[in-house]
Amino acid sequence: MIKVLLFAELQDAAGTDQLEVDMVGATINEVKSWLHTQYNLPSLDQTMVAVNESYAEETYVVREGDVIAFIPPVSGG
Amino acid sequence: MNQLFDIQDTPLSIQEVVDKVTRRDCGAISTFIGTVRELTHGKKTLKLEYQAYKPMAIKMLEQIGQEVQEKWPGSTIAITHRVGTLDISEIAVIIAVSTPHRKAAYEANEYAMERIKQIVPIWKKEFWEDGTKWIGDQLEQTPYPQGKPELKEENK
Repeated sequence: MIKVLLFAELQDAAGTDQLEVDMVGATINEVKSWLHTQYNLPSLDQTMVAVNESYAEETYVVREGDVIAFIPPVSGG
Repeated sequence: MNQLFDIQDTPLSIQEVVDKVTRRDCGAISTFIGTVRELTHGKKTLKLEYQAYKPMAIKMLEQIGQEVQEKWPGSTIAITHRVGTLDISEIAVIIAVSTPHRKAAYEANEYAMERIKQIVPIWKKEFWEDGTKWIGDQLEQTPYPQGKPELKEENK
């Protein structure tokens, strides 16, 4: 299992801030597509992804226990 | 806790952040205070809500700190960002940079703020009289292209 974290608008749209999914072996891009479809989220095109608190590529293959965070464009400051 | 990079949900103190970077071998400390602005392009903000992916946000702030030290050797930087609900004029972020000479302090401080807007996972939600919206642009000008404002949500 992997843990998926959602923030900001994605969190509001999905109605949850985290979920657990069985997608070990999938790429980040595949997780993104699944999430987009499953939760009817707004486009994730501009959303960056972090694996275990570091920015990751779309081609990264998810491993057991990974924490995948979807990072919408940031607006701190 | 005297860590240089922090995210906190209570009001920020400029003195606390300055104290973290004060050093005997420095001749300058530049500070930046980001505050909640009431009017943006004529639209009135009632309050803001900041959300952070805290552990990663702190890591990214630390990375900015490393970048600053590489670019401006001899500098020390501390950054604290607020999360939660903020009223107009409340402080959202404080950056303090100490350096031996003043020019580097100004430059490093501006650099750090620009980097915060690029890589640190913190988001702000605007509360207006007629709705709310998560702001998703580093320049604070446009929301997410596909974002849908929750126009019927009541404001406190």
